[in-house]
Amino acid sequence: YRRERSLALRNSSSALYNNLAVLCPPARPPAFGAVHGTILSLLGSEGPPRQLQARGGGSALSTPLLTQAAWCELPARVLLVLTSQRGVQMYESDGSTMVFWHALDVPEHPAAHSAFARGIAAAGGRFICVGTSFGAVLVFDIPPKGTNVTLNEVLEQHRDPITDIAAEQGQAPGGAGDLVTADDSGTLCLWSTGEEFTLLGQIPGSGCTCSSVRLWNGIVAAGYGDGQIRLWEAGSGRICAQVSAHARWIYALDLAPLTGKLLSGAEDSFVHVWKLSRNADTDDIEIQHCHAECVTDTQVCGARFCDPAGDTFAVTGYDLSEILCYGPA
Amino acid sequence: VMNDIITTMFNKKFMEELFKPQDLYSKKALRTVYDRLAHASIMRLNQASMDKLYDLMTMAFKYQVLLCPRPRDILLVTYNHLDAIKDFISDSPAILNQVDETFRRLIETYNCLSDGEFQLIRQTLLIFFQDMHIRVSLFLKDKVQNSNGHFVLPISGPVPWGTEVPGLIRIFNHKGVEVKRAEFTTAGNYVTPQREGSFELYGDRVLKLGTNMYSVTRPVETHVSGSSKTLASQAKENIAPNPLAKEELNFLARLLGGLDIQKPAGGDTGFRLNLFTSDEEEEHAAQTRPEELSYKVINIEATQEPGRRAELSRILGELDVEEPRPGSAEKGEDLLALMDGL
Repeated sequence: YRRERSLALRNSSSALYNNLAVLCPPARPPAFGAVHGTILSLLGSEGPPRQLQARGGGSALSTPLLTQAAWCELPARVLLVLTSQRGVQMYESDGSTMVFWHALDVPEHPAAHSAFARGIAAAGGRFICVGTSFGAVLVFDIPPKGTNVTLNEVLEQHRDPITDIAAEQGQAPGGAGDLVTADDSGTLCLWSTGEEFTLLGQIPGSGCTCSSVRLWNGIVAAGYGDGQIRLWEAGSGRICAQVSAHARWIYALDLAPLTGKLLSGAEDSFVHVWKLSRNADTDDIEIQHCHAECVTDTQVCGARFCDPAGDTFAVTGYDLSEILCYGPA
Repeated sequence: VMNDIITTMFNKKFMEELFKPQDLYSKKALRTVYDRLAHASIMRLNQASMDKLYDLMTMAFKYQVLLCPRPRDILLVTYNHLDAIKDFISDSPAILNQVDETFRRLIETYNCLSDGEFQLIRQTLLIFFQDMHIRVSLFLKDKVQNSNGHFVLPISGPVPWGTEVPGLIRIFNHKGVEVKRAEFTTAGNYVTPQREGSFELYGDRVLKLGTNMYSVTRPVETHVSGSSKTLASQAKENIAPNPLAKEELNFLARLLGGLDIQKPAGGDTGFRLNLFTSDEEEEHAAQTRPEELSYKVINIEATQEPGRRAELSRILGELDVEEPRPGSAEKGEDLLALMDGL
């Protein structure tokens, strides 16, 4: 890989997990989004850059902070989802119209613990799942068009704030489930989606935050606050691989489903590209290091592939007012 | 001066307000509280010196929060601050006791938080410092800050406690037995840390962040950059109407109510601290400060009914009215008027 162009953002990126949203429409340049405090900066594939504001400030309250933004691609439509300290906002994919707003049940008087929504994923072909700081995962049923989004189910299994949610990007082997949810204690839960979600298994955390997670062909790839990447077998919950990948907290992971390439970005300024594979003889899941990039003097907070094969990727960092793009060497 | 400022800062009522769960302060609110604290003794500063002191404090603290190896280390930074403060007043047992009380409260409240919770605190603090790139000559000289105002992030040295030096890949088979090891190398040059810092009332913190920047005496200057793109969002924060105004000023009123402002002894004006090398330089700095970086400190104006809020009136009465005011309060920020409206 080598560094290609940089795209200017109107605002610098905030230090938040998974703080780079990418939409790759076929045959068109990708669209990007990065959160800055209460604002989401959008760089569309066409048209001028746009900004979306967090919703939910009343007359006596300040504008809430955004925690994350992501495009959710469902068969019928693509929605842009924003999570904040106050709730969940869903927009059409270009950010032009708000489709749905869900307010979190926030206690009136400030409690000792922050309340917020965080963790976004499209699942099961018709749902969008959003995590909360209470540990609950909200499952929204999305109609093929229109604004009639309904809260279908609330999954209450985690006891710590949700950090990230990911749906199966490849082919799940039988019994492996098609959704993984992660939290601040490092606990991972595996689910099978449907009219009613079923908990298939739980991988207990050790107190070390899992900030980013991906699921591919029944393999869970998880990035942790101690700089480690761990690969787990979703069906059995057993550990497959452990990588001392970064010297600081991992903030972002992404996976390219066509090749099994894994991208990791952390506060140590490094972005690494790895390759997941299955050993033909032993059937063990393996991971090897492919490439390292150092984003000088930057704590990386967002890293995403920009194509399904993983030939291109984009990165942003705290206090950086640009998105750095990398392509084939 | 040290005794007065530290006594005011660690005042029991003030600390009680600080320990209440609350949102991040706006820059305006923090600057106002900072102003009051800086004037808690017979020392006085003009606007330009006050701005420079605040810039210095802000960038130093941003540096400390950003470079913490683990999120939990922001607590070690705080303990370093407190250790240094205790050293300043080591021969005043009454004030020392106040500081120790706060120290104990910090230990009780924060030592038990999880890493995830500390990272959330750190991420929230980093939002406050976002886009601040004022150059500090001490940092530039020590090569911890670049000429563009961004801090240098080293890719060598000890890894945080609990993190392994990057480079090892371990593969496990279906029985959970390690069957393969591989290594990868990068430009980074990390080593294992020797020991963990202490979170007790007394102990070796190990971490150097938060220790006295001036332990080696040398001049420190700040360079305020001219209008640049990175200041755009900061300017927006100042200009856009703040719907928080009411609740935040409410909080400020309670905080200020807990502060004991000293009146200069004997009616004289004490001494004035100038952070520049001459009065002319200070005056020039005040006039040439970029508009985007003005802090627009809230000024408390007296109303026609001083008896209404006794505590605030007492504070107002103690303020030196001869002090030149940078500008009158904007409509809607008149603190007492707002209090009347509640």
